[in-house]
Amino acid sequence: MVGSAPRSLLRTLSIALASAAFAGSAAAAAPLKIGFSMALTGGLAGAGKAALIAMEIWRDDVNKKGGLLGRQVEFVYYDDATQPAKVPGIYTKLLNVDKVDLVVSSYGTNEIAPAMPIVMRKKLVFPSLFGLAVNDQFKYNRYFQIMPAGPEPKVDWSRGFFDLAAEQKPKPKTVAIVAADAEFPINAAAGARKNAQRHGFKVVYDKTYPPSTTDYTPIVRAIEATKPDLVYVASYPPDSVGMVKAAHEVGLKAKMFGGGMVGLQFAAIQKNLGPLLNNVINYDFWVPESTLDFPGVKEFLARYQEEAKGKGVDPLGHYLPPFAYAYLQVLEQSVNSVKSLDQAKLAAHMHKTTFDTVVGKVKFGSNGEWAKTRVLMVQFRDVQPDNLEQFAGPGKRIVLYPKNWKSGDIVFPYKQ
Amino acid sequence: MKKISPFWIVVVAVIIAGLVFTSTVKNEYYFNAAYVVLQALLMAVAWNVLGGFTGYVNFGSAGFFAVGAYTAIALDKAFGLPLPLLILASGTVCGLIGLALGYLTLRLKGVYFAIATLAMAIVFETLVVNWAYVGGAKGAYILTPDSHLWFDSYIQMLFMVMLLLALAAIAVSRYLNSSRLGRGLAAIRDDEVAAECAGVPTLRLKLISATVMGVMMGVAGAPYPFFVTFVDPVSAFNLFIAVNSIAMPMIGGTAHWIGPVIGALLVGSLQEIITVTVSSELNILFVGLMLVGFITLAPQGIVGLVRKFRGRKP
Amino acid sequence: MISADLFSNAVVSGILLGGFYAAVAVGLAITFGQLDIVNIAHPAFVIVGSYTAWIINTRTGLDPVLAGILVTPIFFLVGVAIYRIYYAAFERTGQESLSGLAFFFGLMFIIEVTLILVYGVDYRLVNAAYIGESIDIGFVGIPYRMLVPFIVAVLLTGGVYLYLSRTFTGRAILAVAQDRLALQLMGADPVRVKQFAFGLAIATTAIAGSLLIIIGPVEPSVGRLYIGRVFAIVVLAGMGSIPGMVVAALIIGVVETMVGTFMGPSWSPAVSFGVLLLTLAVRPAGLFGRQ
Repeated sequence: MVGSAPRSLLRTLSIALASAAFAGSAAAAAPLKIGFSMALTGGLAGAGKAALIAMEIWRDDVNKKGGLLGRQVEFVYYDDATQPAKVPGIYTKLLNVDKVDLVVSSYGTNEIAPAMPIVMRKKLVFPSLFGLAVNDQFKYNRYFQIMPAGPEPKVDWSRGFFDLAAEQKPKPKTVAIVAADAEFPINAAAGARKNAQRHGFKVVYDKTYPPSTTDYTPIVRAIEATKPDLVYVASYPPDSVGMVKAAHEVGLKAKMFGGGMVGLQFAAIQKNLGPLLNNVINYDFWVPESTLDFPGVKEFLARYQEEAKGKGVDPLGHYLPPFAYAYLQVLEQSVNSVKSLDQAKLAAHMHKTTFDTVVGKVKFGSNGEWAKTRVLMVQFRDVQPDNLEQFAGPGKRIVLYPKNWKSGDIVFPYKQ
Repeated sequence: MKKISPFWIVVVAVIIAGLVFTSTVKNEYYFNAAYVVLQALLMAVAWNVLGGFTGYVNFGSAGFFAVGAYTAIALDKAFGLPLPLLILASGTVCGLIGLALGYLTLRLKGVYFAIATLAMAIVFETLVVNWAYVGGAKGAYILTPDSHLWFDSYIQMLFMVMLLLALAAIAVSRYLNSSRLGRGLAAIRDDEVAAECAGVPTLRLKLISATVMGVMMGVAGAPYPFFVTFVDPVSAFNLFIAVNSIAMPMIGGTAHWIGPVIGALLVGSLQEIITVTVSSELNILFVGLMLVGFITLAPQGIVGLVRKFRGRKP
Repeated sequence: MISADLFSNAVVSGILLGGFYAAVAVGLAITFGQLDIVNIAHPAFVIVGSYTAWIINTRTGLDPVLAGILVTPIFFLVGVAIYRIYYAAFERTGQESLSGLAFFFGLMFIIEVTLILVYGVDYRLVNAAYIGESIDIGFVGIPYRMLVPFIVAVLLTGGVYLYLSRTFTGRAILAVAQDRLALQLMGADPVRVKQFAFGLAIATTAIAGSLLIIIGPVEPSVGRLYIGRVFAIVVLAGMGSIPGMVVAALIIGVVETMVGTFMGPSWSPAVSFGVLLLTLAVRPAGLFGRQ
């Protein structure tokens, strides 16, 4: 593999030249290289590819404006195939062979964590894309997480769900917590347990299931048998679909249902589930409600939706793409303010600044998470069958929480 | 034994080359890449000890690998043992599992055995998923220790550890293949009943090779947590590990000890190169095509091709 | 905790699930059970079936199962073609066991990646009027999403069983597994018989795939989740017995839902594969195998 390095170097160089020519500017200085790994195959490829589209839109935007520090921006990225084992090799290659100027993370906790030791040794700022509580372990002060989980990621994740529940009259008493056997859902369920305890809800069902489960009706029936007032689900896309369908088929009678289901944010799944989603309360990060109409986000999404056509990724791109664009905006604004690539100065700037991005104002706390949580709790409302376009506009996903972004009132109890 | 065999000269040369490599090359990428290839090599050699020599196909290589990795995680967490002891412990645990698997061959032949190994891997995965102490389904973080002997960085040390383990495995595999034992194993592969009748102690031989395979896969898994720093069951029990450890010997040739070594060096290096040159899906597609192509056109692997080329009977 | 209500629902759900598993495994019971071809790519073909059903369903609105049935001839021909390659490369030279396995491993990856390249990695789902609804019989609720696959699965496995046991070609397929020489003496060409059987097995994946996408969302790598399960079912049954395979599928289905309902779903893989290991340890030829 040693012999191949020059060739791959040549390859990236030729790409660099091509992209510089494409940008149409007389880039005198060497291009500024940003390196990352991304899941372009394997389990997380759907998200990884959507993120990459958003990142490329950012790159083109920056280069149109003249690049960073007067240098054209160029990406060097490799597919980690959703295999954590590939990540250390990729980042050492980026840093030692490709000599990138800046690095950003791949998508997802499993792909971010293996890069941390390498990035930490080089003391680089590490803007990071959707990892849950990665820095709880590493405590690295140059890690910046764009996902708006909040200062206590695991707990903040479900805070809204339980705060909303506690406000209802009559106050719910019992909760069922069910989670997939995987990294994110288990952490989300642990946070949910704490929130339930904080509000004095009794946990009557608390189990996990393997992601390979085919039929979810037995699980939902076992939950229903404990007659919970609230059902908090932490799941990945296929199981989210299974859970929502099973809840309908079994006739789940809980007063609130949802919480931490990944997948209900994706247009294809929303379209398929249709009216089954009505009144489900689930987390989200951005929805097209008027309260979240940040400058630039609509324009960005229009371009993303154009680019996404025919690529087999989420056609609307509300969930991840704006954040994939924003984490690079944070980097862009910091480099422009500091006027250098000095990592210590960049980190200091990122810690003290409030950034204006397509996902709104971003302020990082001391642990690199958002200083204040913005995990939205949205309720599906008035969803019609088999219609994708309805989700592009407002009125279908009402923001209930946090108060600052609220766009409507809760429908309680959950009615199917 | 009067004359030192060229094999040992090569082994010593490789060790020296490895040491020179660590002291002259500063670029950590090469150590990361080499580590991945060596890990795959060790797994391929291990698989071949049972699968190639006796014909008992193990589908559950990822299970052994992961049990090795998780044994290391558990003992690291409980007692903070140093790496060599962790490797030893993982080897022992997986060796015992291998031994149990060996007894299974008493009752299960052919595809039944293969499916049983797959089932075993799934049972282990479920156990790990439900074992909260090692992180369960949410995974475990292992912070890279600060000390790395005289090496410049931890990855250099891990590389050297893996190099030594891989060489040791090759030596054992070569011994099993070329000694009297090897002839017994080959007899089992060709016709187990006939071998038994001819007085070959088939059970003892199968137990030996299954145990050796287990030990090798366990030691391959032990340093893995320190390499990736984050391990969860999905990545540790990854299907790719099982696929690679079968595909590499198949491509290299299973009958001879050098087969998996050639296959792993070739396929492993290609995979690393493809990862950093051809992005995205084409990587997996390439591995799939190469596997199918090789298996279809050169069923005896590279070793078989070379033999045919030389005009010798395989 | 154990109430009659929950218990009977769990049993019914398990039977429905088992029926679906039988549909996925029936093709493998032919290739693996009768022909001794370790087609590890079988679940990948099922995913291709799901994608075909999805394409036809979203383009024309045709019911996914009908779409699946419609394309069986194409799947049959693909199966025949693959067997041709397999035969030429391995069986003729007597290399089938190990090399064949690796061949299908590679094939699985090629199928998966081709699907990703062409259709991307987004989850695909289908629409049909019955998805999301259920009927209640007493206190047992039956979702149509599980009932329809179950009925189709029963018809499919029943059909395959009758075909194998009643027709000349079917009996010839069974004979291939048992006595190749006798078959040759009867004047049947074993290669042609096996080629036909392999085509038949792949054809069943078109239908099984349409059932899978009715039950839940599908993306290219979902097939991997089924590798263990379908092989477990065929082996548990004892190679080659179709009725045995159905029983084994039902056992796995019921065990999974029972464990899921009463013990906590996270243990269900260990329990079902534990059942397999135990069975193999006690009765290596499977429940209904030829000892």
